Amino acid sequence: MTTPTTQSEPLILEMRSITKEFPGVKALSNVNLKVKAGEIHAICGENGAGKSTLMKVLSGVYPYGSYSGDIIYQNEVQQFKDIRASEHAGIVIIHQELALIPELSITENIFLGNEPTKRGVIDWAEARRRSLELLARVGLRDDPDTPIKEIGVGKQQLVEIAKALNKSVKLLILDEPTAALNESDSQHLLDLILGLKAKGITSIIISHKLNEIEQIADSITIIRDGKSIETLNVKADGVDEDRIIKGMVGRTLESRFPDHEPKIGEVFFEVKNWTVGHPQIPDRLVCKNSSFYVRRGEIVGFAGLMGAGRTELARSVFGRSYGRFISGHIYVDGKEVHLHNVRQAIDAGLGYVTEDRKTLGLNLLDDIKTTTVSANLKKISKNFVVDANKEFAVAEQYRKSLRTKAPTVQEGVAKLSGGNQQKVVLAKWMFTEPELLILDEPTRGIDVGAKYEIYGIIQRLANQGKGVIVISSELPELLGLSDRIYAIFEGAITGVLNKDEATQESLMKLMTSSRKAA
Amino acid sequence: MNALKKLFGGNTRQFGMIFALVALIVFFQIFTEGRTLTPGNVINLFNGNSYILILAIGMVLVIIAGHIDLSVGSVAAFVGVTVALAIRDWGIPWYMGVLLGLGLGALIGAWQGFWTAYVGIPAFIVTLAGMLLFRGFNQFVGKSNTIPVPQDFQYLGSGYLPEVGPNTGYNNLTLLLGLIAVAFVVYGELRARRNAKALGAEVPEGWVMATKLILICGAILYATYLFATGRPGTSFPVPGLILAVLVLIYGFISSKTVVGRHIYAVGGNRHAAELSGVQSKKVNFLVMMNMSILAGLAGMIFVGRSTASGPFDGVGWELDAIAAVFIGGAAVTGGVGTVIGSIVGGLVMAVLNNGLQLLGVGADLTQIIKGLVLLAAVAFDVYNKTQGKKSIIGMMMKNFGRTPTVLQPDETTKTKEVISKEV
Ligand SMILES: Nc1ncnc2c1ncn2[C@@H]1O[C@H](COP(=O)(O)OP(=O)(O)OP(=O)(O)O)[C@@H](O)[C@H]1O
Ligand SMILES: [Mg+2]
Repeated sequence: MTTPTTQSEPLILEMRSITKEFPGVKALSNVNLKVKAGEIHAICGENGAGKSTLMKVLSGVYPYGSYSGDIIYQNEVQQFKDIRASEHAGIVIIHQELALIPELSITENIFLGNEPTKRGVIDWAEARRRSLELLARVGLRDDPDTPIKEIGVGKQQLVEIAKALNKSVKLLILDEPTAALNESDSQHLLDLILGLKAKGITSIIISHKLNEIEQIADSITIIRDGKSIETLNVKADGVDEDRIIKGMVGRTLESRFPDHEPKIGEVFFEVKNWTVGHPQIPDRLVCKNSSFYVRRGEIVGFAGLMGAGRTELARSVFGRSYGRFISGHIYVDGKEVHLHNVRQAIDAGLGYVTEDRKTLGLNLLDDIKTTTVSANLKKISKNFVVDANKEFAVAEQYRKSLRTKAPTVQEGVAKLSGGNQQKVVLAKWMFTEPELLILDEPTRGIDVGAKYEIYGIIQRLANQGKGVIVISSELPELLGLSDRIYAIFEGAITGVLNKDEATQESLMKLMTSSRKAA
Repeated sequence: MNALKKLFGGNTRQFGMIFALVALIVFFQIFTEGRTLTPGNVINLFNGNSYILILAIGMVLVIIAGHIDLSVGSVAAFVGVTVALAIRDWGIPWYMGVLLGLGLGALIGAWQGFWTAYVGIPAFIVTLAGMLLFRGFNQFVGKSNTIPVPQDFQYLGSGYLPEVGPNTGYNNLTLLLGLIAVAFVVYGELRARRNAKALGAEVPEGWVMATKLILICGAILYATYLFATGRPGTSFPVPGLILAVLVLIYGFISSKTVVGRHIYAVGGNRHAAELSGVQSKKVNFLVMMNMSILAGLAGMIFVGRSTASGPFDGVGWELDAIAAVFIGGAAVTGGVGTVIGSIVGGLVMAVLNNGLQLLGVGADLTQIIKGLVLLAAVAFDVYNKTQGKKSIIGMMMKNFGRTPTVLQPDETTKTKEVISKEV
């Protein structure tokens, strides 16, 4: 099964039969990984397959002794006792969730814990000089004194890499680096990784965006259910996306989208002349006179570049949970409604699945069952007393129907893999039985199989006569799923296209320029 | 060892605290030569700490919601003096005095809740101001004098269950109370078990439950015995009764009701809670208001017990209440904590205080020991979280020559600082 690797090429890393257990879960069992010096090595697998765990074992997040198996790095068996130890050896991991401090500047973040000093005092001039150098290497032209919170996620990702470069990295691990990036930022990042490869830095990359993997990886190791299945050599084996998927899920996926015959009814949700101001900056508008509608049974896409104002639009409609409301009207079934807070929005039949599940979607202290019912406690309580039996039953039902991978519904959500967390958030909103469900980047960080399932769920909702709005940065996803797509540019809706007239090009045009086409 | 863990609900922290409490009691019982577990001392211990425990109930909710309340001592003192004055000068009956006190507590709570929830000033600041403010009010209104309260009001802080029914040699009402408590515990446990089974959830083995029930009921019955056999005229104290009722009510609210869920949700992740339709401002307001009402109640009980209100009532109470809550397993960052845990935490401090007193240890040394205990308890908690979950049970069992527990790092994703996009 495994493709023979040319023995002559030296390995920088070999992980031998790594096994890692959590209480009740065997996250990894006898995983093998061989990474050649100077290559870009991808790790692919479904959500919860154990990719992040494997990388945490490698980088010392899970210290030596908490797993079994050997890590051989640069021809020596390593026993990292923490991240510092692995960093010292030149292994730097950039986690699935960025670990920058929003209030600190770019320079301060790059040198955090590693500050250059002169006679015991931090030498900021030197730090600034070096960070300019590093920023140039990653192609970031921002002022190094800018606070992190003021630059977008794409740039933050570059700062992470600059930070890694500062630690004289030899093996760079990137866990889903492009999950939150738009296409051009992703491309920039991928080019940068290729550039690092040219300088002799080895990279391990985890991603669910298989087209990127196909584009930059030299080898691919596939992990399924905590076991390493195979290692593919991209060039020699002529690997394409379908081949990777076959390895990941164990069968071929005929199409990326389930078949769906839309049954579209009349308009039931309409927003007119929606204008919203920026929450802090007085004169800035985040939504400019936007109008749109959703029909029963319809899946409506919102396309736009990162920062175009799609999330802002959705959240301000959803009970004014973002920005300063200025003007606009919302009609449900032809009647105007005033949604001043989220409670009212939920009661009016709206649901909103956030793009940022860690900070806005989940209470990481909760377990699956508490989370599932948290937006609709009314339904499982009598006289304000929560019925624990019903809660359990409901959560169990959604766990089964969404196929969430967790031992029980009592499992804490913090322990789930990213994709499974997303399913729990989805369950929470499906349980509110919304008439209109707004999904903001619903498949971010989700594997192909689970994506297919989530598309199926969205279509089932539509078939029940509900409306669904999907916000996504992945155009193929919008094109495959939506019946109608609105394009948004700088806070304004610049056009709407029906399924049959929408293409990547026509959308792109609307997303990057003001009103031209209709 | 798994069975042991199941016995205590798998909650290491809770188990640790109960274990520590029992160990402390046994320790002092031995070293005070039996003076700890005498009816007189136990009654005294309850009477002398009930007001702190009542504060701890309110405080744990405040802390779960992610706030803190430094003003409780001053609020208690202000309410106490106002009620004492009203009874003395206006001649209102004791129950009107109680109502007045609760009402005043609510008013003060609304004030602090308003600033915290609706204006958005951190509760630390609001209640630091409140601490000064209401201490000042207390001394202004009472002109820094002590104001005595009448006999019937004193019942609130130092009364006992009356003697009724046939002479059994025990206090009958106390016995009745003990039996009700036992029945309640057994019934509750059996019901929970049946429900869990019906749902197909995991239930502990029969013997585990039986052992647990026997231990708990044994403890209750022993306490009942102690309370029922006190000096003539004494029995289960009224403040203890009030406390028990409050524990039941608030334990229920925090764990079983919608409001309770909302408090945990707001403390765990306010943004996520708001986007799920929780009205966090309302929750914060209620939690702060509730705290002041309970502080008012605690103040009145204290005045009742000490027969008069004074200018330095309640000094330092906030610290005792906060310590109880953190020893009881709450997290400074909010979202974590239980009412029962806080009561146990409060009892640990109370037993420590009492035992050291019985041993004749001076106030200075007592403070030092209490400080160290607080630090150790929370350090243990933190250690547990960072250094892989080596449970206490696991550590204890290791010494029994069993297979050591596997080191299980409990590495979970941290909620990142929210880059505050919203106002
Ligand atoms: N701290 C933990 N405690 C218990 N179980 C855990 C913990 N961390 C991970 N797991 C479990 O280990 C398995 C592998 O998780 P991991 O995060 O490695 O998946 P992944 O392949 O990175 O998935 P994704 O693509 O969704 O990020 C999952 O079943 C997960 O629930
Ligand atoms: Mg992962």
